[in-house]
Amino acid sequence: MSTSLPMRKPQRNPQLNAHGELIHLLSTEGLPQPIIHQILDTAEQFLSVNDREVKKVPLLRGKSVFNLFFENSTRTRTTFEIAAKRLSADVINLDIARSSASKGESLLDTIANLSAMQADMFIVRHSESGAPYLIAQHVAPHVHVVNAGDGRHAHPTQALLDMYTIRHYKKDFTNLTVAIVGDIVHSRVARSNIHALTTLGVPEVRVVGPRTLVPGDLREMGVRVCHNLEEGIKDADVVIMLRLQNERMNGGMLPSSGEFFKEFGLTQAKLALAKPDAIVMHPGPINRGVEIESAVADGKQSVILPQVTFGIAVRMAVMSIIAGNEA
Amino acid sequence: MSSTPHTLRLDAEALYVNLLDGVRRLVTADTALVGVWSGGAWLAERLARDLGLKTPHGVISSALHRDDFGSRGMSATKAATQLPFEVEGRSILLIDDVLYTGRTTRAVINELFDFGRPASVTLAVLVDRGGRQLPIEPAYSAARISLPADERVSLDRTDDGRFQFHFEKV
Repeated sequence: MSTSLPMRKPQRNPQLNAHGELIHLLSTEGLPQPIIHQILDTAEQFLSVNDREVKKVPLLRGKSVFNLFFENSTRTRTTFEIAAKRLSADVINLDIARSSASKGESLLDTIANLSAMQADMFIVRHSESGAPYLIAQHVAPHVHVVNAGDGRHAHPTQALLDMYTIRHYKKDFTNLTVAIVGDIVHSRVARSNIHALTTLGVPEVRVVGPRTLVPGDLREMGVRVCHNLEEGIKDADVVIMLRLQNERMNGGMLPSSGEFFKEFGLTQAKLALAKPDAIVMHPGPINRGVEIESAVADGKQSVILPQVTFGIAVRMAVMSIIAGNEA
Repeated sequence: MSSTPHTLRLDAEALYVNLLDGVRRLVTADTALVGVWSGGAWLAERLARDLGLKTPHGVISSALHRDDFGSRGMSATKAATQLPFEVEGRSILLIDDVLYTGRTTRAVINELFDFGRPASVTLAVLVDRGGRQLPIEPAYSAARISLPADERVSLDRTDDGRFQFHFEKV
């Protein structure tokens, strides 16, 4: 995993064309606030497509969307597939994770080959940070790239569906306290959420977890760092729990999952410290009894399943917006 | 809001009275009014109230079926279709402020059929400015005007709910 991809320094924000319109979605960092609102507003239109007799709209008819998951994620891939199909696109899933590792130049060769098959959009999940940027720099002007998670760097569609969820339940971002709890330092979801929340004007973003997973220098991102769950979620409007990845325990960053749950697991009793109408979010898949108690995950403050439903509408919005703009 | 001599000649409130009359003659017991967002939606809202219709009026957006998506992209709008009644088997009377090429009408008819199979679809408009590019004709129009191709006319609604036309060069 040490091979780093060659990256050219882009002249301007590589996600936007010269008119400031979205052509790729690579990161929430540097994504202008009006574009985030445009995505959320558009998603609102698509949410109602679920209520129709015909649950499909023709915006991407005749377009080919390639799912390129160099790192496995059945769930995220499926939500992109559903979103693309609801937009009437043809979806091609490439089982790249199981084929030989494609890195460096061979990644670009893969892209060149798929482009020759008339791909219009690539949905990219890659273990190397920056891989979707590299692809975006090399595709033809009519081809679009969506980052579906790259290394520890970014997971912008997850962050946007989280923003949609927060807006749905809380309406306004500018009076909120949002706590993100768990393994912040390795989390592309946390990073993308922090950028989006800051851009949308959330006055207090807290990151909560043990020192090994929430280092103090995260303050540079404009967040408040807490190493104590009670302090971290006190009076919060939104609590975003992150999945604790088992490999962190093996790496010696944590004593045990039981120990983590005791200190940072979200229980009903601890949730009572947040505002009474606080919502609990989680990007999934959840580890019951590791970062979140079942009573909380299934409780009335949990919006974990609505997040999944909103995620499809948000991905439809992203794909339809970028497909309509030329580089 | 630049006002041109056109605004003097075209009185939206006076035309609305004619539209109300025309629509009254088209409406039957199972008719539902559906206004095309945004100007048509305002008209449908007021027509449904003035006619005392039992079925609530619907609002329809062309955004998801536009044929210029490839060149203009996704429009940044909050407009969403809301049809608070069963479309299947119902007589739908589409209401729009301005009828021009007919492309918006085509798009909203497609949108409508995503919700079910209506018994019939008819169209009534405040202003027909000609220039059709599709075989679409309104059952009623309160006025026919001709405008240069580089001029755009649309309906505005003031804070106190009165209608007026807005002209602009495109």
